[in-house]
Amino acid sequence: MLKILLSRLGQCLLMAWSVGTLTFILTRLLPGDMAYKIATGRYGDDAVSTAAANAVNAELGLDRPAFQQYLVWLGDLITGDLGTSLVTGAPVVHELKNQMSFTLVLAFWAILAAALIAFPVGLLCGAKAETVPDKASLITSTFIRSQPVFCLGLLLIFIFSMELNWFPVAGFGSAEYAVLPVLTLALSLAAVSNRVVRNSTRQAVNSAYFHFARTKGLSYAQAFTRHVIPNVIVPGLAFMGIQLIGLIEGVIMVESLFAWPGIGHGLSHAVFARDIPMLQGTALVMGMLFVAINTLVDISQHYLDPRTRLEN
Amino acid sequence: MTAPRQIIFLFLLSSFILACTPAPKDTTLHISGPFEPVNLDPASAGYMYTRMQIIETLVDVDNDGNLIPGLATSWKSNADLTRWTFHLRPGVTFHDGTLMDAESVRKSLAVALGKPAPFPVDIVTNIEIVDPLTVSFTLKSPYRPFPSLLSNYTTAILSPASFGKFNRMKALIGTGPYEITDFIPPHNIKAKRFEKYRNGPATIESVDYVTGHRSETRALMVRTGQADIVFNLDPPATEMLKQDPDVNVHTRFIPRTTLVKLNSGNEKLSDVRVRQALSLAIDRQAIAEGILHVKGAEANQLFGPSMGTWHDASLPPLATNIEKAKTLLNEAGWKLRDDGIRYRDGKPLSLSMITYANRPELITIATAIQAQWREAGVELAVHMENASAIPSGHSDGTLETALLARNFANIPDPLGILLADFTSVEGGEWGPMNWSNDRVFSIVNQLASGKPDDNYYVLQKELISTLNEDMPLIPVAFYVQQSATSSRVRNFSFDPYERSFRIDQMRFQSK
Repeated sequence: MLKILLSRLGQCLLMAWSVGTLTFILTRLLPGDMAYKIATGRYGDDAVSTAAANAVNAELGLDRPAFQQYLVWLGDLITGDLGTSLVTGAPVVHELKNQMSFTLVLAFWAILAAALIAFPVGLLCGAKAETVPDKASLITSTFIRSQPVFCLGLLLIFIFSMELNWFPVAGFGSAEYAVLPVLTLALSLAAVSNRVVRNSTRQAVNSAYFHFARTKGLSYAQAFTRHVIPNVIVPGLAFMGIQLIGLIEGVIMVESLFAWPGIGHGLSHAVFARDIPMLQGTALVMGMLFVAINTLVDISQHYLDPRTRLEN
Repeated sequence: MTAPRQIIFLFLLSSFILACTPAPKDTTLHISGPFEPVNLDPASAGYMYTRMQIIETLVDVDNDGNLIPGLATSWKSNADLTRWTFHLRPGVTFHDGTLMDAESVRKSLAVALGKPAPFPVDIVTNIEIVDPLTVSFTLKSPYRPFPSLLSNYTTAILSPASFGKFNRMKALIGTGPYEITDFIPPHNIKAKRFEKYRNGPATIESVDYVTGHRSETRALMVRTGQADIVFNLDPPATEMLKQDPDVNVHTRFIPRTTLVKLNSGNEKLSDVRVRQALSLAIDRQAIAEGILHVKGAEANQLFGPSMGTWHDASLPPLATNIEKAKTLLNEAGWKLRDDGIRYRDGKPLSLSMITYANRPELITIATAIQAQWREAGVELAVHMENASAIPSGHSDGTLETALLARNFANIPDPLGILLADFTSVEGGEWGPMNWSNDRVFSIVNQLASGKPDDNYYVLQKELISTLNEDMPLIPVAFYVQQSATSSRVRNFSFDPYERSFRIDQMRFQSK
């Protein structure tokens, strides 16, 4: 257990340095004059001018050598200072805290809802493989997964906002605003994971140990609960951990469509405005989130799967 | 899952959905637009706070672009236009309860003029307090449109308590009919009415602005009643909303013109015949009707119909004439070859055009122009960029052509823009480039020093027609602003100068 945590901590530190460095290099490689892009982010399209760009340049010292700016960033990072946004002038930590609070709500409920959809559907389809529900689930999953998250979101808006008028189209402020973005992400995640759960279930139902359990006298329900579910939860959870990359990708589109003030939206704006401290901070936090969730998955595997404890 | 468990699961799911059904309509006015206020600083996001009516400026602007009293009741200059005296409105209260006086105006403007603004901030050399309700500005050179600069959002008057250490923004304390209560940059501004507003409190109690990043989202928000007013809709969204009986669509010309900026110093564009040919090859009517879905949006001059005497309503449309364009290009030495492109001295007539993504129609218009110029034998490569590529390309000289939507309302008196852009070969970053016309330069200088008499209007007309002949910029379309309101909103009116949402004039329909 301690070994898992220590190795994850090492990964986290290495990730922080490499993600920040890569972001720094890549942003500098983007075409166009940085001072002009930052001035556009700050003062808007109509007010961007060479005078504004020069003022930005003088204020931020952008003409200092890149290496010097990099070393300053690295020094600040070691002391835990992520700097201030070049566009808004607010501390990056403050902005990230704000954005993360929104994205975490979205991510948490999306993962939970995805699990609540994927596990029951997958278990049912696995137990009743090659039947009508199984085939229907395959077609639905393929349909949902082949849509860009954006289209799926629009489709849900048309059904639940326009036709049924149950939920607001976009915005934030209370629980009802979160339902459609959460559902969009959850459906997109569950579309793949329910198939993984279904295949694991099918494998377990056809296994020798399941037949043995039945032979020794357990009912189907008892054998399913004791021998199939534990064998399905482990790979299912591990897969959902990997899927988080997809979640981060989906968050950028979903937040823009539903006007949700999270980190995905912040990231896309930071790219357009060349807001390097915001970009580095966002990439860092997303990377750490990724490591943290994978650590949680590892820990849960450790407790759910007796084999890992035996190995250790 | 067994049947009873399935039932429990479905029950829980449906109760969750029902619990989340939106609350009934409230007394807050919900607005959505694409504008993203990044911080509290009027230099960055002041355009949003004047629209929300939280902050106000010394000078205001009416629907026709005339300057009218704002926080100042009157102003006058000395004979040589270098010293301007403003008399402040008495009894104006800031949202923190303090009274506006000459010192608070001096402080606000001293801070504002130290930051970038869409006009030359270094024009003011001194701000002097004459008496508690009179302020005087000394300029480094004569400048007739000076009062119009003080209508720009960057020059809003704030309470001294708004500024913290090093004059950084600590809070946004203005004088408007609404005061800010909550701010989540760049997504949300909440405001409530200011009870001690000098003209009495507004009817609508509170306002909630949410940034709706996409035109589709905003259109759906007003359609479902989630938003009461949405701004900046694109043509497809507008067409959809026109079918809805519960939504009113408002279409209005604003002082913004979509135009092609040309680098007249470029060897391919320095010949006026080439510039005229490029203008003749553009089918403006097709762009107005096919892309913008607005009849009559085709531009025949630089300034649009909402710009008072700067627009000459007697001018005929700029007709499309491919044959004449071809003749002019031939005369300029550009001969057609078999590949359909014109060449001179072995070099092709190929140009690059920069445009930007924030105004989605620009890229569509750019590709239409690409096809239309191609018919005349001109090859065009379109580059989608960030808006800053235009001033940046102007300043380093690499820009050939650019398609942009120029805002002529930043300083409501176009004379300010003309003085900045049309009096030197350098031109303006959003205006002409490496272009020189002694007659135009002289007219602009005469207008700047003259008085609005009969000769003034004659000069204005001569200026407009000279610009149309020499084509330093090619006007394409006058800008139309599309907004929509839900049926419960009464007294909505759109400010063509986009200075105010005019919330204080609105009310909800009584049931």
